[in-house]
Amino acid sequence: MGELAIDNHVRYIVSIEKRKDDFESVVMEHLRMNGAYWGLTALDLMGKLDSVDVDEVVSWVLSCQHESGGFGGNIGHDPHLLYTLSAVQVLALFDKLDVIDVDKVTNYIVSLQNEDGSFSGDIWGEIDTRFSYIAICCISILHHLDQINVDKAVKYILSCKNMDGGFGCTPGGESHAGQTLAITGSLDLVDKDLLGWWLCERQVNSGGLNGRPEKLPDVCYSWWVLSSLIMIDRVHWISKEKLIRFILDCQDTENGGISDRPDDAVDVFHTYFGVAGLSLLEYPGVKPIDPAYALPVDVVNKIFFSK
Amino acid sequence: MHGRPRKPLKPEDTTALSAKAEKLRLLQSQFLTNHHNHIYTKEALDLNAKLVENNPEWHTAWNYRKLAVETLLSRSESDPDYIRSILDEELRVVESALRKNFKSYGAWHHRKWVLSKGHSSIDNELRLLDAFQKLDRRNFHAWNYRRFVTALMKRSDEDEMKYTKELIDDNFSNYSAWHNRSILLSNLLKRKAEGYFPKENVLEEEYELVQNALFTDPDDQSGWFYHLWLIDQTVKTDAPILVSSWPSHGSTITLQGNKCLYGSGSSLLNCTLSDIGKLPVILYFSQAVEGIDSSTVTVKSEVLNGDLVWKPLSTSNSNTAQVWVTYLNVGNMELQLSKNYSLAISLGHSKGVVSSSGYHFGHPMHVAFKLCIQTDYTEPAEGQCEKKTSWNENDFKKFDHFRESESIVSTDQLTSEKDHHNQTTSNWCVEAIDKEVDKFRDLLSDSDCKLGKLTLARLLTALDSLSSTRVEKMVHADEVLQLYGDLMKLDPTHSLYYKDKHSLTLLHQITSTRESLQPYCHYYKDAAKTIAGHVCLRLQNLSLSRIGCMENLLWVQMLDLSHNELQSIEGLEAMQLLSCLNLSHNKFGSFTALGPLRLLRSLKVLNISYNEIGSHSIDTRRYLCSSPLSHTEEFAWDRFEILAGSFNATKFWEAFLIFGSLNLTELDVKGNAVADEKFRLFLVKVLPTLKWLDGGELS
Repeated sequence: MGELAIDNHVRYIVSIEKRKDDFESVVMEHLRMNGAYWGLTALDLMGKLDSVDVDEVVSWVLSCQHESGGFGGNIGHDPHLLYTLSAVQVLALFDKLDVIDVDKVTNYIVSLQNEDGSFSGDIWGEIDTRFSYIAICCISILHHLDQINVDKAVKYILSCKNMDGGFGCTPGGESHAGQTLAITGSLDLVDKDLLGWWLCERQVNSGGLNGRPEKLPDVCYSWWVLSSLIMIDRVHWISKEKLIRFILDCQDTENGGISDRPDDAVDVFHTYFGVAGLSLLEYPGVKPIDPAYALPVDVVNKIFFSK
Repeated sequence: MHGRPRKPLKPEDTTALSAKAEKLRLLQSQFLTNHHNHIYTKEALDLNAKLVENNPEWHTAWNYRKLAVETLLSRSESDPDYIRSILDEELRVVESALRKNFKSYGAWHHRKWVLSKGHSSIDNELRLLDAFQKLDRRNFHAWNYRRFVTALMKRSDEDEMKYTKELIDDNFSNYSAWHNRSILLSNLLKRKAEGYFPKENVLEEEYELVQNALFTDPDDQSGWFYHLWLIDQTVKTDAPILVSSWPSHGSTITLQGNKCLYGSGSSLLNCTLSDIGKLPVILYFSQAVEGIDSSTVTVKSEVLNGDLVWKPLSTSNSNTAQVWVTYLNVGNMELQLSKNYSLAISLGHSKGVVSSSGYHFGHPMHVAFKLCIQTDYTEPAEGQCEKKTSWNENDFKKFDHFRESESIVSTDQLTSEKDHHNQTTSNWCVEAIDKEVDKFRDLLSDSDCKLGKLTLARLLTALDSLSSTRVEKMVHADEVLQLYGDLMKLDPTHSLYYKDKHSLTLLHQITSTRESLQPYCHYYKDAAKTIAGHVCLRLQNLSLSRIGCMENLLWVQMLDLSHNELQSIEGLEAMQLLSCLNLSHNKFGSFTALGPLRLLRSLKVLNISYNEIGSHSIDTRRYLCSSPLSHTEEFAWDRFEILAGSFNATKFWEAFLIFGSLNLTELDVKGNAVADEKFRLFLVKVLPTLKWLDGGELS
């Protein structure tokens, strides 16, 4: 299996930036903001954030901001919470949160909270607990959590709680490992043992984690499942060694990048989730990442513990 | 890329792909131009349709269609046929986009948006869903859409129950169908729909249904989560009840000269509460509740003037907690010597106490105890309180039996009332669980199935919890311990899950009766000779990875948990009398793991030496400890700057959070990676009350 091929992964991530014309890049154009966040955070975790030009990134991020205050996935695209969080996270990585009008971004997020406490992803009203997480995470980084109704937001998320202790996208929706993050800050309302058992049973024989019972494992769940298990202090219920081996097996050691399962094609999404997963598993040489804010711990501590 | 094999492209593929990329790029840029210029002509819409059919994840492209529809509808002057033709075209585009990618959030949402406009027939929707659900029975987008459509059609939960049964009969390995069944069944049970009340008959049928699945392929997980949920539906009581209290019902608390306190016999440590002169009264509930105050809990006594203030023992600063406490200010009470004062607490008469899931407190309950002041008290010798605490073996003395006066150690008497209350339902519960136990013993007689063993352990635990007497509550404990022991070997990947469960069962066994507790209770130093002596509960070296059963341990003042494998002390905040705590030689990985200590006013002596604090880059208690990170409290900058201004807050915030609110006199932190000289200096500043650090006396 070998070790984490940091140099190759860094080269792979940097090269994506340059390849704007191949088919994959064109297909992914609408979520380039997410891509920037995945790639840059992975670089920072591997200690190589200095391989990119800060000013270039920051000015591109700003050019994706819409007059409503939200950010689009690319220049000229409509704003959405999904990209607004990524934009804020990228700026936080570079300690450049001061370049945005914080009140404007805050107002955009506030405007998307519904009467029942839920959040819409944008003005067109799609509701999902993922958006609740994104809204809470983003507005916290901006130090304006008091601007939304947190009690109602939590109440809505709890209404999506299921028999297995997990949370669905909407009330009645099947539990998905990704939704658990939405509950940060109200973890005492979660049945940690029930949820923890459901989450730890996501580890299959290969060592990888799946997102739902009887599904195939996938490197991206090394993030969703693992960060949730860590936040409820139940990560010892899985085998860390086996999961590390699974992630390392998904590397393209020759050309860099990490894929969903061994021998599949790599992409920046799985490269990020693989590296972030290894970080949560305390893999040597990778910076620690915060399980809730999905940013390096040093970045998060700086946001919350400096005056 | 999800599920695509990693292989280098052949040159001809590269050429084809770059031609495709060029085409798509052109489409995308033409679309964006139309979008920005608000062009909604037929050509523009067709171009957009091509784009979403090619790449249904482009949410801006769907937004454009919505804008276009709204613009066209506003021009339509309410001609119903025209409106329908516009919306039908949208449904067609969505359908063809879904054929390209039926996991596209944008496409499914667009369909909902169109339907919510009205005008379209929904009859077609279930047919379309059937087609998609046949392709992938677990597609959660399709399931979500199904719930949306059935609600719109007002299709009954009963009919949907039938649908999930058809799918399960067809293939029981369909977790999505089991999940949906649990949602439907919860609704039906909750509103006591016809045929779903009482729940007994319904649950019996469900046990039959899931048994078929489990016994056909015991290694398939789909049915097991449903089965676990059924057990919970069988045994759980919705309404919160009082589980235990301190002082316990019928006990007498002896106070010495208005200062030091004794529980009846198991005397309170000399220096414990004397400083604050306050006696805690603890209420321990079966689940987290809110609304405990002087209007919902009445305390009657001649010694009280004014209302008591109740405080939730919540580690996240929430107003909901499983344990509540109030402090009797005995220092200010003018109590006469050798006289008994009665206190009577009652709750449950009014409706204000509510669980976090919205259920009201079950039925009225009472706790009565006595306060008494004794005269034969001698002041401890000068400086005795300042003597260093030792945890050495020879400082403890075993005892053969509890003295009569030590009745406080016994567990509570509230249980009998509780069980009387639930008698009728619990008969059925016990039978149902008993039946399941038999089934699983049967299953395990010829297979070594992991989920079968785990379920049997859970069933036996449930059975014990339903028993009415303390002794009966432990009948199956040995078997449960054996099962968890087997599971650790059988399923090493999850071995620490089983170990945690093993620890909880073991603690349950140890703390259930006075007799079972006795071997673990020791006199500290020469305490046996004096009435002022105190008892230490020694649970060291039991390879515990988890603590629990705090409801039976509210009386404990000195606790030794050293030489275990603990990494958290969740629930310890209930032990409001605790003054000396030994957590050395465990697996605590961070200071945030000690969060519950912040709620222990009486804690003076703490040993956390030889743990793993400072050795981990990832802190698993970070979000379970109240802090600015989870927005459960502000960082006390002013206090930090006064006490430890010269230290770096981003590095020392955790230790400050924990120790900044404690009044320790003794602390041991050696044997942790964090405990270097700089850190010790920090501690001395943050803990001005500290007299001993790492065994050395501070000058």
